[in-house]
Amino acid sequence: MDDLYRDYILDHYKRPHNFGELDPHDLEALEHNPLCGDELGVHIRVKDGRIEDLRFHGHGCAISQASASIASEELKGMELSEVGRLDADWMIELLGIPVSATRRKCALLNLKVVRGAVTGDNAWPT
Amino acid sequence: MPSVAERTLGVRADFPIFRRRPGGRELVYLDSGATSQKPQVVIDAQAEHLRSHNANVHRGVYALAQEADAAYDEARRRVAAFVGAAPRTTIFCKNVTEAINLVAYSWGRANVGAGDAVLITQMEHHANLIPWQMLCRERAAELRYLEVDEHGELSLAQLDAELARGDVKLVAFAHVSNVLGTINPVAEIAARARAAGATTLVDGAQAVPQMPVDVAALGADFYGWTGHKALGPTGVGVLHGRAELLEAMEPFLTGGDMIASVDFHSVTWNELPYKFEAGTPPIAEAVGLGAAVEYLDTLGMERVRAHERALTAYMLERLVEVPGLRVVGPPDAERRGALASFTIDGIHPHDVAELADRGGVCIRAGHHCAQPLMRCLGVGATARASLGVYNDAADIDALIDALQAGREIFGL
Repeated sequence: MDDLYRDYILDHYKRPHNFGELDPHDLEALEHNPLCGDELGVHIRVKDGRIEDLRFHGHGCAISQASASIASEELKGMELSEVGRLDADWMIELLGIPVSATRRKCALLNLKVVRGAVTGDNAWPT
Repeated sequence: MPSVAERTLGVRADFPIFRRRPGGRELVYLDSGATSQKPQVVIDAQAEHLRSHNANVHRGVYALAQEADAAYDEARRRVAAFVGAAPRTTIFCKNVTEAINLVAYSWGRANVGAGDAVLITQMEHHANLIPWQMLCRERAAELRYLEVDEHGELSLAQLDAELARGDVKLVAFAHVSNVLGTINPVAEIAARARAAGATTLVDGAQAVPQMPVDVAALGADFYGWTGHKALGPTGVGVLHGRAELLEAMEPFLTGGDMIASVDFHSVTWNELPYKFEAGTPPIAEAVGLGAAVEYLDTLGMERVRAHERALTAYMLERLVEVPGLRVVGPPDAERRGALASFTIDGIHPHDVAELADRGGVCIRAGHHCAQPLMRCLGVGATARASLGVYNDAADIDALIDALQAGREIFGL
């Protein structure tokens, strides 16, 4: 079995969870991966200070799509204040595969987009 | 006539990097469009200069400084001769990006004004696009584009129509596209532009390493290229310009070395080419590039082109064996440089490159610094395999095997 392209990664890539549009939504953001020009956007619906629902849209590699798909399940129901505290380690651990330095941004793009939508801070997660 | 499979220039042993065995396998390097590998003679020339002849140029009266001067002058002479240019109009700069910026600032800001147009193409690398965007924005000039057709080629009819509008001051375009591989008809475009009173600039970064280039015969007013793609070191690029234009231009960067005399409130510029070489130039790098072009000259650029054309034809033939693979750009190897950009259904180009690396094959993936072109092609990114003098049919076979294995990993 491939270290990076594990079955669950490829499953999420081929059938990503929580992808599409969400209308109406309360928060949104759109970001580009400078490495490849891929884009990833998010729509978020908020209720009682929590992410009630969210959808990602855009296109990207297996790592970026699978990361967004896997993260989306964790983000649903999360308090907005908690989202601002999520860091790169959270995402990399959640993804569960060894990510090389060059692919790190692929894995972190979704968190950058979500944090940008929730907190307005669109810096790369560290 | 040897078959393509046997065909090789037999120069791999000249390039020490191929002694590496990543993962116990041969290094398959198919990213020469990004940067070329370096032959031992280039590494040695640069090291020997630093070891035995190092001094600053143009200032010293001692013997060692004169050796450095002679080495730098000789490098310029070789580099100019390699592409049919005169040393006096051959300017060393950092890379082709700096060469184009030099023209955009020094020529552009004196010659492009409100209501004028700069004509470039949809296939340009950002290096030959953003300097003109900036110029046009600053000067309220219009930036217009020659379109790329479904074969990745430009239309001379559209060029004529654009030139007929009478406002085009500059036509800037790539000799060979770094994404499509398209070889543009430089001499024809330059002749038509000149007849219409427009100046031309050619980005030759992809062309000089792989085909005979004679800048005098091509007739463009400015022709830029970069050393590191042509077997030379990083940090040295070249701009050739028409003497009358260069003489009339103000310098780009200012400082030491580019002046004839200075007093507290005025300055007289140095003669060509030094007027455009402010500060200490990339001396050892230029010496390395001099050795690189001498090496290419010995191989013979006609031979290099014939080899890479045959190998490109073989690559195109084999790539289509991969299900779901689509190559962008001219279908005929005769009309394209030694590269192929492609997409594979169901695998993102980044993953294609990662999967190729599993098979020890180095290819590039991304937008190749040509985002507007990517949008024209309707893709976010492509994977790209590009060839150099050291590649042979076995490298292509390794690529195809790696792509097929990658499809299996992805369950396709």
